[in-house]
Formats: sequence, C-alpha cells, structure tokens
Amino acid sequence: MSDSFQLDGASVSFEAGQTVMQAALAAGRYIPHLCYHPEFKPHGSCKLCTVKVGGRTMAACTMPAEAGLNVESNIEELNGLRRTLVQMLFVEGNHFCPSCEASGNCQLQATAYELQVMTPRFNEFYPDRPLDGSHPDILLDFNRCILCELCVRASSEVDGKNVFALSGRGITKHLIVNAESGLLKDTDMALTDKAMQVCPVGVILKKGRGFSVPIGQRRYDQRPVSAQALDDAPRQADAGGGCSACEGTP
Amino acid sequence: MKQKLKIATTSLAGCFGCHMSLLDIDERLFPLLDLVEFDRSPLTDIKHCSPCDIGLIEGGICNAENVHVLREFRKNCKILIAIGACAVTGGLPAQRNHLDLGSCLTEVYLTEPGLAHGHIPNDPELPLPLDKVHPLHEVVKIDYFIPGCPPSGDAIWKFLTDLIAGKTPELGHGLIKYD
Repeated sequence: MSDSFQLDGASVSFEAGQTVMQAALAAGRYIPHLCYHPEFKPHGSCKLCTVKVGGRTMAACTMPAEAGLNVESNIEELNGLRRTLVQMLFVEGNHFCPSCEASGNCQLQATAYELQVMTPRFNEFYPDRPLDGSHPDILLDFNRCILCELCVRASSEVDGKNVFALSGRGITKHLIVNAESGLLKDTDMALTDKAMQVCPVGVILKKGRGFSVPIGQRRYDQRPVSAQALDDAPRQADAGGGCSACEGTP
Repeated sequence: MKQKLKIATTSLAGCFGCHMSLLDIDERLFPLLDLVEFDRSPLTDIKHCSPCDIGLIEGGICNAENVHVLREFRKNCKILIAIGACAVTGGLPAQRNHLDLGSCLTEVYLTEPGLAHGHIPNDPELPLPLDKVHPLHEVVKIDYFIPGCPPSGDAIWKFLTDLIAGKTPELGHGLIKYD
C-alpha cells in the first residue's frame, strides 16, 4: 500500500523512503535535473529540479516524498529559472557543441533542448581550462565540467579510488584530479571504472573512439531527455522503495 | 496583394553553412518568395541594407568590419535574428578566445613550419581582428536566436514561417539543435 502526493495536479504514489524525484520518475513524470542520478545519493547542487512545495522552493531530488504534498514543477515560473541556470552553466564553461564528441549524448544539451533554451543570453566567459591528456586511455576536457560531482561520487563510492574532487569556491570552483602532479596518469583510474560512465557532459572521454555514433542515432537524437530519463529511472513496479545505491552499500 | 516582407541576410565570422542550410529548404523557396523579398544578401549581391523587416545574421563578430555590418543590420532591421552556433555563441572562431591574438598571428604567419618568407598581413584594406570573438548579442540587441551548426533547413523553415505568420517561433524536439 503506498501513499501519494500531488505533482502538477496529478496524483503520484510513492513508497516509504523515496524522494519526490524518485517517486515522480518512477511514476513516469519528468522533473528536469543534472546532478541527480538514479544510482547515486542525491546531491542537491544543480538546483534544476527545484520545485514548489506549498509555495516554498525545494530540490525535488533531496525532498522526501510525503503524503498529501502539493508539488508544482512544470510551471513557467520554475522553467524560466531552470532556463537561466542552464544558460549560466553554458556561459561559464566552453560548450562548443559542434566540436564536442558528447554532443547528442549530453544531458546538459538535451536538458537545454527540453527547456527550449535558444540563446546563452549572458556574456560568454570563455575561460582558459587546459585539457589533461596524460592518461594513455582517458582524456579530460575540463571546459565542459558543470560541477555535478557525479564522477567524484562514482570514483569514491563505487570505484573506491577517490580520483576526482572539487577545489576552490564560488566562481573559481573547479574539478581536480587527486594526484600530487594533478595529472590523471598518476592515478589508478581505469576504463572500467564507474567514473568513466557517469559524466553527463563531455569531460571524461575514452581516447581513440571519438564520434563513433552517427548523428541521428545518438542518445538524445531519437527521444528527448524527458522520455529518456524515465527509461533510466527504476520503475514503480520494480522500484521496491527506492534504488539500492541510495540505501545500501555501493 | 499583401506587401512582401523584406529580408536581409549576411555572414560575418561564419562559414556560409547557415546560408547553405537556408537554401536547403529547397522547393519551399518558392512559397517563401511569395511572402518575402530579399534585400542585402549574398543571394542578391546587394551590398547595403535598406530598411527591412527581418535580418538574418550568420557568424559571430571577429573583426572591426563585422561590428560595422552588424550595426548596419540593427539600424535597418525591425527584427534581427542570430542564426547558427557562431552567431549565437561565437562558435568555432571563438575557440581562439583563450589564446593571445598576437601569438595566434605569429604562429599562423611566422613560425608555422613550411611558411617561407611569411609575414602577418597588414594591408590597410583588411579589417582589424578583434582581441576576442563575440556572439552577436554581446554587441547589439538580438530579437531571436536559431541555434545549430547549421540549423537544418526544416528548422529555418519552421522558424521563418512561424515568424511571418505572426506566431512566436517554436522549434520542438529534433529541430532545436546546437550541433
């Protein structure tokens, strides 16, 4: 027997322990997100999943589902703010989609499509962020990092390697490699690591493979992120009270 | 008969790929030409804008002449549209922005191996390059943006026909593209 809450006027049932995000996705309702990943503990940092609960803004990925909540998500007020967040992420880094091999498979790009972001709106920062090509198998392109910490979480929680971390504060915050040299070649990062699979943009790339999937067949070419994210989430029938990574040991 | 809308187009720091994509609307050019006439454009070879309803600008701003042309378009066009990745974000030319312009020119014209007697071009007719490449909206007000490298003919057709019909242009999944 499960309880339910209201999401944009529709009833969403949930199991004990689920967040608003988990329950919504399991029920086939998309809430835009970037730092949330169904296999990891919610991080609550990108703020794209901000919803209104009883007039207050909350992150849907960290907010526990409760019976009787009245949650608003797909409203122009919030989508406008989400659009602004995405635009700020774009101008803060160097996101040259036409020359990025993650293009078409990129969650930032797909989310911007979903939100109908037509312009960066703000002045571009064009920061200088050198690449790290030191590792024989893996290239790091920091230009595209959106600080979601998914690689940080995957490397520490799943791989047990702590290869990545964020350093600095505010606008100087950036992704670093946990080695005295600061170079990926001096870590034990391997192609088989979970951290290789979780980057939502195009920072962590396998060398010697680029642009292997033709345009038209890439992840978000066929279906928008709002449909794809539902496929990736544990479904209501097999959710069993949330995903294992969020509750148990990794 | 309704008066035709006047459209001007140009390519600044672009590759003319967006203009090629405009031509990719193929036979729909005929119904388009029932609704609009082209003013200044590489398609007409008219060199300066007269007052227009719509200006379509491809490419970002990389030199002094680009700024001049962009201002001429803004002055003459009621609605100015940035078309393509370079006009919207600076695009490929903007990938030089984290480099020093002087060292770029030195590398390309002086120290590149295989260049005999190279010199940095300094003909007074050549427009001076800007220190950084900019997207259009950093220089003048832009009313609409069509991203894509290039946007597809279908996206351009949908956008223009929406606009000409007086609707807010909307590109759905598959038409809105940044690559």
